[in-house]
Amino acid sequence: MGAKLRVYKRRIRSVSATKKITKAMEMIAASRVVKAQRQVAASTPYASELTRAVTAVATGSNTQHPLTTEAENPTRAALLLITSDRGLAGGYSSNVIKAAELLTERLKAEGKEVDAYIVGRKGVSYYSFRERKVVESWTGFTDSPTYADAKAVAAPLIAAVQKDTAEGGVDELHIVTTEFISMMTQTAIDDRLLPLSLDKAAEESAEASKGEILPLFDFEPSAEDVLDALLPRYVESRIYNALLQAAASKHAATRRAMKSATDNAEELIKSLSRLANAARQAEITQEISEIVGGASALADATAGSD
Amino acid sequence: MAELHVELVAADRQVWSGEASLVVARTSSGDIGVMPGHQPLLGVLQSGPVTIRTTGESGDGTVVAAVHGGFISFADNKLSLLAEVAELSDEIDVQRAERALERAKSEADAAAERRADVRLRAVTGVH
Repeated sequence: MGAKLRVYKRRIRSVSATKKITKAMEMIAASRVVKAQRQVAASTPYASELTRAVTAVATGSNTQHPLTTEAENPTRAALLLITSDRGLAGGYSSNVIKAAELLTERLKAEGKEVDAYIVGRKGVSYYSFRERKVVESWTGFTDSPTYADAKAVAAPLIAAVQKDTAEGGVDELHIVTTEFISMMTQTAIDDRLLPLSLDKAAEESAEASKGEILPLFDFEPSAEDVLDALLPRYVESRIYNALLQAAASKHAATRRAMKSATDNAEELIKSLSRLANAARQAEITQEISEIVGGASALADATAGSD
Repeated sequence: MAELHVELVAADRQVWSGEASLVVARTSSGDIGVMPGHQPLLGVLQSGPVTIRTTGESGDGTVVAAVHGGFISFADNKLSLLAEVAELSDEIDVQRAERALERAKSEADAAAERRADVRLRAVTGVH
């Protein structure tokens, strides 16, 4: 076998090994997307009931609560960025980080300081590489977040919102995450969780209940206490939902990235085998022409000596 | 007989849903019983057992669940019990709960003790 042919054969072997790996990763990601989607669906009843209840209290009473009232002069905002722990997901992490950068710029232009809270190793390394301050970060659960994880993330955020701005508290809470729209589409979005914009909550609830009028509730023990207890749960549930959607999006992005890697490998194998075939053919042609040339030279020599 | 629709949902799943004639739950100001036609209500739940008298399609019987924190909301004959953690009595592992209770007692962890206690009460049906 010629040297050229051997090189092609070796490259084909290595590319098909890579293809096997990416194919396997694609399958794993595909099954995880389904699981993550199921989790999103399972958490929806709680989230929608909670949104309904929050809207009911906030619209049905004249309660003033630090979590629903806008500060007159907001000076500091918390930003929760949800990325993934692992790469190999195409533009997933860089898209959401880009969205966070845009939001940070906007908030800074409005004259607010931005406190960063980060979920996922990709985001953490992006910030630490640029030596930016991160208030708190969490890693290790982005592939399959549990409600306890969401609680852990929400706790310092809620504490920061409830603190006075002068003492290091924040006036606003923004969340940047990836929304799972379909298997093919996931978009990075930013959303203001707090202060709660009641119009939006009411809209969401109206969609859910198809325009029914909210009844006048009797609050137990009191509207303030109920709101006090509800809002942290609301934030937790929103963060939980965001984590789940981000996980589903990450798996979908991985699946897509791995699918295109597999397709590329296939393409590469195809063109390499064409080259290998050509090299083999060239080798054979050369051998034949050598034999024919040798034979005719021999024949000429014998004819000459006669 | 009048009935109300009950949804018992935990943060990550729907635990139980069906028709009932009476639901008893523990709010921060005491036990409350909700029957069909109750006035709209929104309350904060404490850790405690929730008793649901089932009726209609769900069959006559009693469903008991251990609920740890959450809310009860009732409107239009629809009752929602939202809990961070909720377990039906037949899902609870009694031995595990007993072990947790002992551990909590020895570590003097009041919250954990209460959780384990609520679980055990939901199983035994003692309120």
